[in-house]
Amino acid sequence: MRVVLAEDLFLLRDGLTRTLREHGCEVVAVDNGPSLLQALLDEGAAAPDVAVVDVRLPPTFTDEGLQAALEARRRRPGLPVLVLSQYVEPLYANELLAGGEGAVGYLLKDRITDTEQFVDAVRRVAAGGTVMDPQVISRLVSRGDARGTIGSLTPRERDVLELMAEGRSNAAIANGLHISESAVAKHIASILTKLRISPSADDNRRVLAVLAYLEQ
Amino acid sequence: MRATPDTPRPAASSPAPSSPAPSGAAPSRAPTASRSRAAAWTSAWTAAWVALGRCQLASLHALAASAVGALVSLALLLVPVGVGLRLLPPAARALRRLSDRSRARAARWTGLRIDPPDPLPADRTAPARRQAGALLADDGFWRDLRWAWLEPVTGGLLVAVPPALVEYGVFGALVQPFVWRALGEGNWYAFVPVHSTATMLAALLLGLAFAAAGLLLAPAVLRGHARTGRPLLAPPRSTRLNRRIEHLTDTRSRAHDTLAAELRRLERDLHDGAQARLVALGMTLDRATRVLEADPATARELLLDVRRTSERALQDLRDLVRGIHPPVLADRGLGDAVKSLALDSFLDVHVDARLPGRFPAPVESAAYFAVSEALANAAKHAGAREVRITLTHGDGLLRVLVADDGRGGADPAKGTGLAGVAERLDTFDGTLALDSPQGGPTTVTMEIPCASSSPKTSSC
Repeated sequence: MRVVLAEDLFLLRDGLTRTLREHGCEVVAVDNGPSLLQALLDEGAAAPDVAVVDVRLPPTFTDEGLQAALEARRRRPGLPVLVLSQYVEPLYANELLAGGEGAVGYLLKDRITDTEQFVDAVRRVAAGGTVMDPQVISRLVSRGDARGTIGSLTPRERDVLELMAEGRSNAAIANGLHISESAVAKHIASILTKLRISPSADDNRRVLAVLAYLEQ
Repeated sequence: MRATPDTPRPAASSPAPSSPAPSGAAPSRAPTASRSRAAAWTSAWTAAWVALGRCQLASLHALAASAVGALVSLALLLVPVGVGLRLLPPAARALRRLSDRSRARAARWTGLRIDPPDPLPADRTAPARRQAGALLADDGFWRDLRWAWLEPVTGGLLVAVPPALVEYGVFGALVQPFVWRALGEGNWYAFVPVHSTATMLAALLLGLAFAAAGLLLAPAVLRGHARTGRPLLAPPRSTRLNRRIEHLTDTRSRAHDTLAAELRRLERDLHDGAQARLVALGMTLDRATRVLEADPATARELLLDVRRTSERALQDLRDLVRGIHPPVLADRGLGDAVKSLALDSFLDVHVDARLPGRFPAPVESAAYFAVSEALANAAKHAGAREVRITLTHGDGLLRVLVADDGRGGADPAKGTGLAGVAERLDTFDGTLALDSPQGGPTTVTMEIPCASSSPKTSSC
């Protein structure tokens, strides 16, 4: 798997490169916005399978990384992008999700400390899945809750919804909550009914549907 | 800070409340067009009559000013014989009441704000000689007197024109048709010799024209009167400069205090939060190293503990940074930062940001935290469901409007939140106007004078 990694801090860039290489990825590391965009638009053998991008990059040290990723996705729809940030910012999460194509992720930089989970997230995004940081999810969920939109969900259904929104498969959710897969399926069917979202077999689309509903 | 209909709003905020009106009237569809035109005609007609009445009132006021001015002059003349000493203070106070009323009227009638002079020296218990002496040394008193002598000549004559035109016109239109037969050859109306039916009709039309001209002129004359009165009524430049210096000294020292308090808070948060956690982390790591060989299971527990603590430390630092300067504000500027606030709010928030670009960082920051405070108030106290935020920039003013549909009754005197925001805006010569009648809705209008610094670079 070919990964384009954009991170301006040397220590982090080095650590991430090492981690990804240990897990058998081919890594192209860049440290600023323009070269990130260039690397993302490479064609042929050099074309990346997934991008791991820091929001804040030189030369402007604002949201250069996010802008480059969004621009690359405009030109190559569906290009998998995993954004790493020091902050949870629902506005950025929304912009990433806006296209509705999936293959995006938004994680806090803290999550890198669990390397297994981090590499798993990179793989899931590369495979077209959606990975949202639990903090993004809980903010969106608590907001929706206060508005009374998903107040009808049981606590267990909310647990399932949160894991589902993180992009987990049914098996992973069952594993995490120590319940059977059929119970998960039942909960999901119930959630989708309560949220009036027509059920779909597609993992990614159901996350997007949930997020889209919550951001209304 | 509540704006009642009768009192003028503070400083430059007066154009803001009127702005929703034209936007509401703008999308007039075909069936209602004639009705709205009729309504506009009626309101213009009413405004002209009101202006005419005000002209009349202002001219009477000018007469009163000249009378009181004469009284003050008389008192001055009588000072050498002693009676003037007793007469001067009350006469000066009466004159000040008149000039105050003129300033208030200029603001209420035309929106032209005239700064009042410093109050008259008023120690009524002091002996008459000392009171009169203080008055004679007061610059504002002499300016009042100058206004009292000049106003009847400059402003008074000006505002007398529209009522005179209307009265003469009404005389021509209503009286001339009946009196010309009795008066015969010698009867003139303006430049028309009225001695036949034809000339009588001409006089009638001329009278109507005079009346119409008087009505049409009245609003403009009223504005002109306020403008010509300003140099006479406003305090001298040196007074204005002194006030400005006082204001700046005041806001600067407050800004210093706020800054110092903020630094103290940061230091304390770092010391009690992240720093303490890092120390705990070091201690746990140390214990883990020592038991690593003997008891790997405990060491593993300790290391997991280290990871949890490091996550908490990161969380602390994140919250701290967000409190200082929110990341989106730094990255994208005010518009997107407010949109992000809206996304994060429990309420249904609609943001309409029409900003030309970025503003100086302190201004963006102040406006952002002000909006954040207003949103929090709408959620916590007003019980609002929907909030509309409008951000615009024009005439060198950044204008932020936060309107909710809550129950209203907000009072900056009760809470510290909005008062704190108003104080913060004051540092930038900004203003905060709160309109929140009982029962709602609440509108917070914030205005900060500033220029937009850079063209918008973000592609969103």
